[in-house]
Amino acid sequence: MSQKTVDRGQEYVRIEGVTKRFGDFVAVDSVSLSIFKGEIFCLLGGSGCGKTTLLRMLAGFESPTAGRILIDGQDMAGIPPYERPVNMMFQSYALFPHMTVAKNVAFGLEQEGLGKTEIERRVGEMLEIVKLGEFARRKPHQLSGGQRQRVALARALIKKPKLLLLDEPLGALDKKLREYTQFELINLQEQLGVTFVVVTHDQEEAMTLASRIGVMNKGQIVQVGTPTDIYEFPSSRFVADFIGSVNMFEGQLTEDEPGHVRIRCPELDATVYVNHGISAAPEAKVAVAIRPEKIELTRSELAATENRTRGTVKEIAYMGDMSVYLVRLESGRLVRVTIPNTERHADERIVWDEMVYLSWHPSSPVVLTV
Amino acid sequence: MNKALETLQVWFGKRLVIGVPYFWLLLFFAIPFLIVFKISFSWMQPIQPGYAPLFSWVEETQRFVATLNFSNYEVLLDDPLYLGTFLYSVKVAAISTVLCLLVGYPMAYAIARCPPTTRNLFLMLIILPFWTSFLLRVYAWIGLLKTNGVINNSLLALGIIDQPLTLLYTDFAVYIGIVYSYLPFMILPLYSNLEKHDLTLLEAAADLGASPVKSFFWITLPLSMPGIVAGCLLVFIPAVGEYVIPSLLGRTDQLMIGTVLSAQFFGARNWPVASAVAIALLIMLLIPIMLFQRYQRRELQAARR
Repeated sequence: MSQKTVDRGQEYVRIEGVTKRFGDFVAVDSVSLSIFKGEIFCLLGGSGCGKTTLLRMLAGFESPTAGRILIDGQDMAGIPPYERPVNMMFQSYALFPHMTVAKNVAFGLEQEGLGKTEIERRVGEMLEIVKLGEFARRKPHQLSGGQRQRVALARALIKKPKLLLLDEPLGALDKKLREYTQFELINLQEQLGVTFVVVTHDQEEAMTLASRIGVMNKGQIVQVGTPTDIYEFPSSRFVADFIGSVNMFEGQLTEDEPGHVRIRCPELDATVYVNHGISAAPEAKVAVAIRPEKIELTRSELAATENRTRGTVKEIAYMGDMSVYLVRLESGRLVRVTIPNTERHADERIVWDEMVYLSWHPSSPVVLTV
Repeated sequence: MNKALETLQVWFGKRLVIGVPYFWLLLFFAIPFLIVFKISFSWMQPIQPGYAPLFSWVEETQRFVATLNFSNYEVLLDDPLYLGTFLYSVKVAAISTVLCLLVGYPMAYAIARCPPTTRNLFLMLIILPFWTSFLLRVYAWIGLLKTNGVINNSLLALGIIDQPLTLLYTDFAVYIGIVYSYLPFMILPLYSNLEKHDLTLLEAAADLGASPVKSFFWITLPLSMPGIVAGCLLVFIPAVGEYVIPSLLGRTDQLMIGTVLSAQFFGARNWPVASAVAIALLIMLLIPIMLFQRYQRRELQAARR
């Protein structure tokens, strides 16, 4: 996990009411956002949500239809990509195929017209940082996917940008390499003190990398927060559903007190008691979201009358570290429950077609009004 | 059993597919080339077929005797006319090729960056002149370039010049003719290369601080090298041996090698010397082709992953 301490005082990028239209299509819809110095900010969303367009506007490849972008206090309007204090790592890496690794990395410095020895020294240092020293003379097509990714990173970092934009940085890597590279990226970011803006559709990637995540949907930012905020306190049905897996039940508010609420969920065949207040109209239609790992399964009947229900085990998926249970409630609804496999011997485990009781803590459900 | 038959069929099919072009080349290139090569070592003869046989049966020794005549090649080296013509042809072809590249590159680049629908229209327009006879198009330039031709008359009418310019029967006219006729051969390979470029490379270059002009010289130009080489060869090789354009538009005091070749074959009826000229021309052209092949092989190896 990265050091999720961000100096919130130092705003580095400011996006003010930025909209981007392509013909009739609104790719980015009045987005306002602040990104702080030294943080890893992830733009997370499905394909076509506008995250890449937003990133390309930061890089200067697209210009906003409305609104403005300030980087380090400077309005970026009319400033071409080659004059911005920003570098980007492309999803396809966009390595220059006719140049060696060293030449690729040196490209940015050569554009600045630095001396040959200075360039050589800095390229050498950078290649050491990304552990590619011995590959300096290779051409991109002679490298593996992971090595190319590191060349792309080295090339983007060589000019010591204050802001690095990464478009799906780990998208082309296989799972093992991704995990390794994620931590490498975080280490590098801390070591160099660069502000990262990462675009990804992979929530796991966003969770591990980011100090803050901006979830995007249909061109809009729907929630901004730390990975914990986004996961544990989603602000809308969309976010709750998009991040991780969740069991969501529609219900009606029956009791609304400052210290607690009660929600009647017919599908759940239970009343949900939540031990904090919410802001919603009385008797409002709300959704209750409960994460699969926050539900307990037992064979024995529970004394409680609230926050519990029962059903039959329909499906068990053994994942090694944990098992996923699909339980069919009496209403017919399937509920997903994950149980960590803390014991090696499976004698006590719940099996197919068993009648089970489900329960959760009053602090676990998230009540969603939008 | 069936399996074996199938393997045999595949084997035979593969050989057949590869065999057709080989057979074609053998029939229409290798054999005629060997005949010309043979004639180039022969003597001129006033009777048919115009040259002496190389191989003769000698009764006394009971052997075949080959009598080779190297004097045809000696003529090429000794007579300054030939050397001068060769050099002049190479010069004309080289300058025309460079001009073609300078004119063709921006055109190919513009077409490659067009939206796909307009792209096809422009490509059609590039190929369109081929629908008229080559000879006719070169003749048309006489009408444009001659002393009281369209160009001179227009310039006189506009008052830009007082005296008609000498445009026809100059090197200039030959360059115009060659560039005009061979431009599509430059544009098409360049286009097919430029069209495949990954434009994110230019974004990456811009991102790293390269202005559009710098990006062009650092990224686009080097990556279009295979297209440039292919286009240049397609223009240079036929331009060196060009016969029609220099004879119709060119100088009368300086011949190109194609004209000399034709004069030797049809005028002087000296087939052996004409063949020697043809062989020398071929060897000269073989050098750039071989260089290109080596370059292509290297590119191919580089492209392999």
